[in-house]
Amino acid sequence: MAFITANWNPLGEAFYRKIELYEMGWSLRDGLKECLVAAAPYGGPIALLRQPQRPSSSARPQLEIYSSSGVNMASFPEVVQNQVLEAKVFHSPYGTGVAIVTGASRFTLATNIDDLKLRRLPEVPGLQGAPSCWAVLTQDRQTKVLLANGADLYILDNTSCTPVTPPGLSPQACSIVNMAVSFSYKYLALFTDSGHLWMGSANFKDKLSEVDTKVRTPPKQMVWCRRPKSQQPSVVIMWDRLLLVAGECTDTIQYTLDEESVCVAELDGVRIVGGSRHELLQEVPSACQDIFKIASMAPGALLLEAHKEYEKSSQKADEYLREIKEQSVLGEAVRQCVEAAGYEHEPETQKTLLRAASFGKCFLSNYPPEPFVSMCRDLKVLNSVRDYTVGIPLTHTQYKQMTVQVLIDRLVYRKLYPLAIEICRYLKTPEYQGVSRVLKHWACCKVQQKEEPDESIAHAVSVKLGEAAGISYSEIAARAYECGRTELAIKLLEFEPRSGEQVPLLLKMKRSQLALSKAIESGDTDLVYTVVTYLKNEMNRGDFFMTLRNQPVALSLYRQFCKHQEQDTLKDLFNQDDDHQELGNFYVKASYKEKKLEARLSLLQSAVDEYNKARNEFAAKATEEEMKLLRFQRRLDEEKGEALLGLSLQETLHALLTSNFHKQAEQLYRDFRVPDKRYWWLKLTALAEKDDWEEMEKFAKSKKSPIGYLVCCLYNLYTKPFVEVCVKQHNKYEAKKYVSKVTPEQKVKAHLAIGDLEGAAEAAIERRSEGEISTVLSRCSPTTDRALLERLNRARSTAAKK
Amino acid sequence: MAHSVRRDAPELPDFSLLKRLARDQLIYLLEQLPGRKDLFIEADLMSPLDRIANVITLKQHDVDKLYKVEYKPIVSTSDQLCFLIRPRIKTVKWICDVVNTDKAFGRFRRYKIIFSPQKFYACENLLEEQGIFGDVTTDEWSFYLLPLDDDIISLELPEFFRDNFLEGDQRWVRTAGSALHLLHSVYGPFSKVYGIGRCSKMAYESWREQVEEGEQRARQAEIGNVFLIDRDVDLVTPLCSQVVYEGLVDDIFRIKCGCVEFGPDVTSSDKSIKVMLNSQDKVFNEIRNEHFSQVFGFLSQKARNLQTAYDKRSGMDIKQMKTFVSEELKGLKQEHRLLSLHIGASESMMKKKTKQDFQELLKTEHSLLEGFEIRECISYIEEHINRQVSMVESMRLLCLLSLTENGLLPKDYRSLKAQFLQSYGIDHLLTFSNLKQLGLLVEQQPGETLTVMESRVGKLVNDKTAGKLTDAFSSLSKKSNFRALGRRLNLVPKSDEEYDLRVPRDMAYIFSGAYIPLSCKLIEQVLERDGWTGLEEVTRMLNGHEFAVTAGSNGSDARVKTDSQRIILVMFLGGCTFSEISALRFLGREKGLKFIVVTTAITNSARLLESMLDNHA
Repeated sequence: MAFITANWNPLGEAFYRKIELYEMGWSLRDGLKECLVAAAPYGGPIALLRQPQRPSSSARPQLEIYSSSGVNMASFPEVVQNQVLEAKVFHSPYGTGVAIVTGASRFTLATNIDDLKLRRLPEVPGLQGAPSCWAVLTQDRQTKVLLANGADLYILDNTSCTPVTPPGLSPQACSIVNMAVSFSYKYLALFTDSGHLWMGSANFKDKLSEVDTKVRTPPKQMVWCRRPKSQQPSVVIMWDRLLLVAGECTDTIQYTLDEESVCVAELDGVRIVGGSRHELLQEVPSACQDIFKIASMAPGALLLEAHKEYEKSSQKADEYLREIKEQSVLGEAVRQCVEAAGYEHEPETQKTLLRAASFGKCFLSNYPPEPFVSMCRDLKVLNSVRDYTVGIPLTHTQYKQMTVQVLIDRLVYRKLYPLAIEICRYLKTPEYQGVSRVLKHWACCKVQQKEEPDESIAHAVSVKLGEAAGISYSEIAARAYECGRTELAIKLLEFEPRSGEQVPLLLKMKRSQLALSKAIESGDTDLVYTVVTYLKNEMNRGDFFMTLRNQPVALSLYRQFCKHQEQDTLKDLFNQDDDHQELGNFYVKASYKEKKLEARLSLLQSAVDEYNKARNEFAAKATEEEMKLLRFQRRLDEEKGEALLGLSLQETLHALLTSNFHKQAEQLYRDFRVPDKRYWWLKLTALAEKDDWEEMEKFAKSKKSPIGYLVCCLYNLYTKPFVEVCVKQHNKYEAKKYVSKVTPEQKVKAHLAIGDLEGAAEAAIERRSEGEISTVLSRCSPTTDRALLERLNRARSTAAKK
Repeated sequence: MAHSVRRDAPELPDFSLLKRLARDQLIYLLEQLPGRKDLFIEADLMSPLDRIANVITLKQHDVDKLYKVEYKPIVSTSDQLCFLIRPRIKTVKWICDVVNTDKAFGRFRRYKIIFSPQKFYACENLLEEQGIFGDVTTDEWSFYLLPLDDDIISLELPEFFRDNFLEGDQRWVRTAGSALHLLHSVYGPFSKVYGIGRCSKMAYESWREQVEEGEQRARQAEIGNVFLIDRDVDLVTPLCSQVVYEGLVDDIFRIKCGCVEFGPDVTSSDKSIKVMLNSQDKVFNEIRNEHFSQVFGFLSQKARNLQTAYDKRSGMDIKQMKTFVSEELKGLKQEHRLLSLHIGASESMMKKKTKQDFQELLKTEHSLLEGFEIRECISYIEEHINRQVSMVESMRLLCLLSLTENGLLPKDYRSLKAQFLQSYGIDHLLTFSNLKQLGLLVEQQPGETLTVMESRVGKLVNDKTAGKLTDAFSSLSKKSNFRALGRRLNLVPKSDEEYDLRVPRDMAYIFSGAYIPLSCKLIEQVLERDGWTGLEEVTRMLNGHEFAVTAGSNGSDARVKTDSQRIILVMFLGGCTFSEISALRFLGREKGLKFIVVTTAITNSARLLESMLDNHA
């Protein structure tokens, strides 16, 4: 604790410190010698490829992945790609990108490896073989390659290759041997064969500084060492035994390296991975400087001191505190302590600082608690992932940049499920993004365990996932299916509450029957339709129809579709079901659309056959009659030039009667056994329309009326219509002729219908019916003959007395 | 004759919010296709659209020209076409033709299809089959609900009835579920849901599913209870002639989307006038629920009042006159205008309806409902057919006969059908096939003749033993069971008593006191009993599928009769009539409740039967 500044090295105004993160857990015989090493930023894993001393054809080298603490995570056989000379991985606004330079000195890059779109960059003039050094940078959302060929610098973008010159580069350099672009793509560092280090902005507008390192050998690696809000930009250069930090001033910090190492650029420093150690080199953040710098009088330093004294129960605590309060910087002091705690790697130091902050907070009335609380939380999470067994040496700055979400993802990919869940619960991440997501990944991993039986996996998954919100069982099932475990997938799908998610996977697994029943169960016709379309394409027709037959919902949906789209399929469908009734209907409907009479008749004949098969005699007969009618109409159209085709029987009769084809009408009437009532109605209407009162009279009187029986009764029935027809045509005169023929019961009505009030009155009085007399009275108006009124009233009262 | 609203009747929720939501979404969707564009609108979406966003609003959002979808080649010169359509195969096919024609002529345009209220996989599939899936962008306008009035909300899906009940195509069930979900999320949470019918049950389930998927928000409920009912539970009611003013206007002039067009015979000028019929129309609001026979009296009283109001002018000084002109005159004039319109409409209806045949028609209908003098009714229908009076009317009577009598005797069935075909054309063979499938017009099966026999016996004896006999027999048939239902639920009041239409005593007044609509009676009974207990017999006769679910978690305080508990949302799947709405309003006044009617469409006998027609494809 006392020696917190022991590993600090000054460089200009700032200090740099190198902290040991881990002792590496791997066992490498020769350290990193003869190894190709690459490491992912944000405390990511390390990839290691051991170069075989004697290239033997039999043993293929293994690519091994280690955590930052050197714990083996995975290994794969290496894939050799000879054409690529060198590759660089970079981050772009679109994701993680990769750039390669090929043996033909051409650059190709892809800005997002998840959506691989290769872009070949233009040729560089005069470049043969690999460039002396190169780097990828992103400016204005565009990815470019910066390369050096001897002393010349070029920028390659999608379309062009532009030569550039860094401002103020020392003239004694003949060749640029190494270059580095900062994490943010803002700064560029160039190392020349004269041992000079040039630092400037990546857009070549400004020069920051130039330092003579006095080392002329080309460095093994060069990386920027900066942090956001850094006091100065600095570069870390590594040679075989030497690590050098250069900044704006002419001084440098030099560390001796006792083993082969690799530098990893981070957002806020450089990680140095060696065979036995893993270290972090960074500029000491200003908050830490303020607090820990020897003899610092910064508020945070005073507060820390005050707390120390307080723990010792010394009254000096009060003195320090008073001093801070006098300057009214207690708030600032607390803030500094909290911030510094975030930058410290050692939990003990973190604790000391946080305790001091908490102590200071007691004397503040309205200090917001959030920063303190969230820092405590963050540190708890960070310390747990920094643990040797996990091996993610994230700094607080990196953690904030990367977000919890990504951290959880990383833990999940490393199968550290319990820790991930623990963190989600601790941070109270919403279930949907937190615990549920982790559980889903766990389950997806679980289903790949080949040795466990389906039953136990399904059980384990359902028990663990239970009712967790937002779990998609279908995704897990899909994973199971991908691993060839169809049965397990089906079992898992049973847990999926949303049928919309079940169905597509079931189809993919060729469980179409099950998919169809699930779709129908859901009540979502779109799903049913999806399955039906799928089945239609997958199955042969017979099987398809058979499947539908057992599923009425799907069947009626498909029928609807066929009605609009595929009439012929509809027919096949009915045929398959032996649904002769529907087939008959189908032919009848088809016949409407048919213009040619012969075709129409043959369609109707098919309908008749089907109706007969369906034992629907009525429909069969009706259709036959329609055919008969059509033939009759055609004949008449041809003979007489009438346009009857397509009219209904009634309309045909009406047309015939109005055109004076009485004989033909009679024939139709007989052939089609038109009920007498109807025929008489028809004829009367037609005659009245034509004002053919003579014919009507003849017709009414005709003794050879087709109704030869019960003349009397029929007489009554038909004379009433006579009156109505005549009235309809405003022919009261004609109507009067028939009133006399009306039955006594209807006389009053008939008289009233033709507006003969007196006649009605007479008839009513004669019949001595109270009701009828009242009806007549209600029709009387003030202008009615007074005598008539009196008679009616009298008659009513006598009728009432009865 | 306005009914005084009971003091404790709760306020209705404000449904204009639904319109605002729909408009905002539509504007958003239109802006997804930036720049000027021509808009093609499906014919039956035009009126609903007009209620949501008028032409000016559309023009403000870069809509250049508006066209109606007419299934013909288009003449637009715009480079961007937007189609606002229902998810129907026919329309999508037409769009495919439009796009493919453009392609053939090498013409490049941008196309956007907005499906309302949702898209179906079948439509997208068609786009793919026709090879234009990549050429068009598609969107959904979730315009599920159109508030037609303070207490009526329509889905404007008239095809729901045929698709669902005849074709067995359940595609709209989810739509109904989504509509319910929308109401639930804006005006819920509902505490109790009752329902009857297969489709209702499915819609309910679809809604529950959506509730579970979405997030829940705790809020003050504005609607407490919900009742879902399938139209095919009660097919008798929509087939009866409507005699309440609003229903009658719908039967005669056809109200379209809350708006009616009165022809020259009403306006007594040479022009037609379009009138919005809703509670904003003060005159209409007071007569809409009245039996037609009462309307004239009311209107003349109103006219006299208006005259008195005008007459006030005579004794006024200048100052009074000034206030009169500025404050009252405008209102009076407006009222005057409306009054004369409704008087015109009533006169025109009077002319049609007081004629002899209408009275006889009503008499026949009432006889059918009462099960009285069936033979005479059949002869009346026969004459109707023979005289070729309107085809739909004849079909309506046939269906009523079949529904009330549990099917027709085979002899009658054949002869009536044969005459019908001769009268109106053979193509109705298919219509009959549809009617049969739906159970609207069926032949009695040999086993069922017993029921007919007992109904005859019942008419002769008309005592309790006959009633028991009926119940025993009714289990044999699974058809409409109208008689047994009528007896159990007391749907047909005794005809010998005089029914005073001025002071209605029950919901039967909407049918001149002859019949209480089954649908509304069921609602009344279930609300009264808070469930289906005691109605087992009834539900058995209605083929079951009844349910009553306590939806909200706050089941315990559901007992508390808060205001929202007295607001009941009734959803008719397959349409409802204005008469039923009037009956529910009456019930609400009686019980201190407020009913909100949600329906897939406003229907009546003509619309219902026309949807069954299959002549001319």
